[in-house]
Amino acid sequence: MTQKPPAYSVRGLGYRYGAHRHEPGRQGGWSLRHVSFDVQDGEILGLLGPNGSGKTSLLKLLGKIMQPETGTIALFGSDLTGMVQDVVARLVAFVPQEHQQIFPFSIMETVLMGRFPHRARGRLGTFGWEGESDLRMAQEAMKDMDVLHLADRSIHDVSSGERQRAIIARALAQHPRVLLMDEPTAFLDLNHQVEICRILRKLNDERGLAVVLVSHDLNMASQYCDRIMLMENGALFRIGTPDDVITPDALRAVYHCDVLVDRHPGSGLPRVTLPGRQRTGSCESRPMS
Amino acid sequence: MAHGTTINTAATANRASGFDIERSIVTHRRWLTVMVCLLCASAVVVIGSLRFGAESISYTDVVDIFLLWLRNGPARMESAEPNFMILMYVRLPRIILAFMVGACLATVGVGLQALLRNPLADPYVLGISSGAALGAALAMLIGAGTTIMAMSSLPLFAFIGGLLSIGIVYRIAVSYGHLPVHTLLLAGVVLNAVFSALIMFITSIMDPNRSFGMMSWLMGTLLAPDYPALGALAVYVGVGTTVLATQSTALNILTLGEESARSLGVEVERLKKMIFVIAALLTGAVVSVSGLIGFVGMVIPHAVRLFVGPDHRLLLPASALVGGMFLVIADALARTLLAPSEIPVGVVTALAGGPIFLYLLTRRKGGLAS
Repeated sequence: MTQKPPAYSVRGLGYRYGAHRHEPGRQGGWSLRHVSFDVQDGEILGLLGPNGSGKTSLLKLLGKIMQPETGTIALFGSDLTGMVQDVVARLVAFVPQEHQQIFPFSIMETVLMGRFPHRARGRLGTFGWEGESDLRMAQEAMKDMDVLHLADRSIHDVSSGERQRAIIARALAQHPRVLLMDEPTAFLDLNHQVEICRILRKLNDERGLAVVLVSHDLNMASQYCDRIMLMENGALFRIGTPDDVITPDALRAVYHCDVLVDRHPGSGLPRVTLPGRQRTGSCESRPMS
Repeated sequence: MAHGTTINTAATANRASGFDIERSIVTHRRWLTVMVCLLCASAVVVIGSLRFGAESISYTDVVDIFLLWLRNGPARMESAEPNFMILMYVRLPRIILAFMVGACLATVGVGLQALLRNPLADPYVLGISSGAALGAALAMLIGAGTTIMAMSSLPLFAFIGGLLSIGIVYRIAVSYGHLPVHTLLLAGVVLNAVFSALIMFITSIMDPNRSFGMMSWLMGTLLAPDYPALGALAVYVGVGTTVLATQSTALNILTLGEESARSLGVEVERLKKMIFVIAALLTGAVVSVSGLIGFVGMVIPHAVRLFVGPDHRLLLPASALVGGMFLVIADALARTLLAPSEIPVGVVTALAGGPIFLYLLTRRKGGLAS
């Protein structure tokens, strides 16, 4: 155990949507209340919870995309609110849930945007021309995400899964120490879901990349995350290893529904299954071992 | 130079993976090619339009006068040759003015389209030009500028008017989170109506001799300015476009939306303020010298984007040059179509740009409804 600071140290975090934001049903309400936790350097942390439990808000606060109402966030030991945006962007990359782009940038141009926080501040750097290393890193990231062959295609002319992979490639091109991902596998085919999880693990092993990912996929989180944080209604419900958190009682308390939790045959980690149809009407928990 | 190696790597990548790097990003080579072509075209358009106007001067006359001028110097030319006076003190300054106004409007259009993430944004359509015009009209009313072409405090009032209307448009835009295009256009329509009413009110209480001048100014008229006035405008244009151009990459990223832009390290609030101020400054400067000239800021960036792509490093300067050329041609038409009388150039651009705008609006209806 070394004494290096955790990637994130979050204390008493609170956030509420401002009056000018149109968030149906939750205007002015607290979407996060008194959330405290650490993200260790080099761990993969999964954020789980029902819709509206504050996962995405939390992720955006971690990325300094939004400002917290109360509490503090320390990124590698220094206060996040005091950091300049591009310093944050050199340490943290964010993969949004949805990508909206009205102008037809190519995939290559999109991925190269990830090099922006690292841009040179010279004569040409002011105007933002990328150097050789920027192109190389962008191409590596595109190769990892299997979008290199789409480099010259417009972001409008590719499928939503390909677009998602390009956005992940953009985040990788940022060379961050922490990757924040909002539903990274939502639009992806099975093979690319597996591939992305594999690449995340690889980057985690090789570079010590820490990952915080929001997911609806309990099983993916259970298999690939070191720890899981379960959220309910803006508060932290439970945080710990998949074994501690993915339990029928915790899931019942948060999702208000009974599920089956057994063991994954390969990894031995918890596996969640929806109850079958054979019993009329009722959900029943039948833990198996 | 760094870009030499960039292109070499690009070529290697090209061979290795089978995609075309020239089509993937704006390389230095492509940037240079496009800009050199556009600069040559601009020179051709500017020189070519010298012969058009109420007084017919053939190209051979133009060349003769120029050669004579080179040989004799300007002092002796003025008395000797009436056409020289027309060329040097009426036509050339007006063409330069038209070029700068067109370049400004196109630049502002590019900036607003990136800021509002909307390819239909335009200073005229959104009511920013009429806000600036209202400011200028107020300045004329209180006598800050005795003549319409005065560069004194007119641009300042126009700048404030423009800033005010950008502020209103932007507030409307952000109050809906991510903005529906029709809301934005509607906001522009309402702003235009209100500002036009106020301008008409000001015109009605003005002394009739001056109100006629103001009406023709409002329709968008390029009058031959003197060279100091041109110089003042050139400073506005130069500073505004250069500052915006240094933010090209940040503008690219801003089109992803504010949240993504922030996560990629862009200081979004600072960039937005910068675009506000530059757009208001350029619109104010342009409106105070040439009145309301519409649609250049929307049509030109749109067309240029189709040919050079959306990267602002190329889109911005290319749009400026094409916008300049467009207005020089439009003004040449305005001078000659009904010669010896003139059509206001704003009428020409509106007649050309309006239908294009409608076409784009109907074509994009489905795609931009969300």
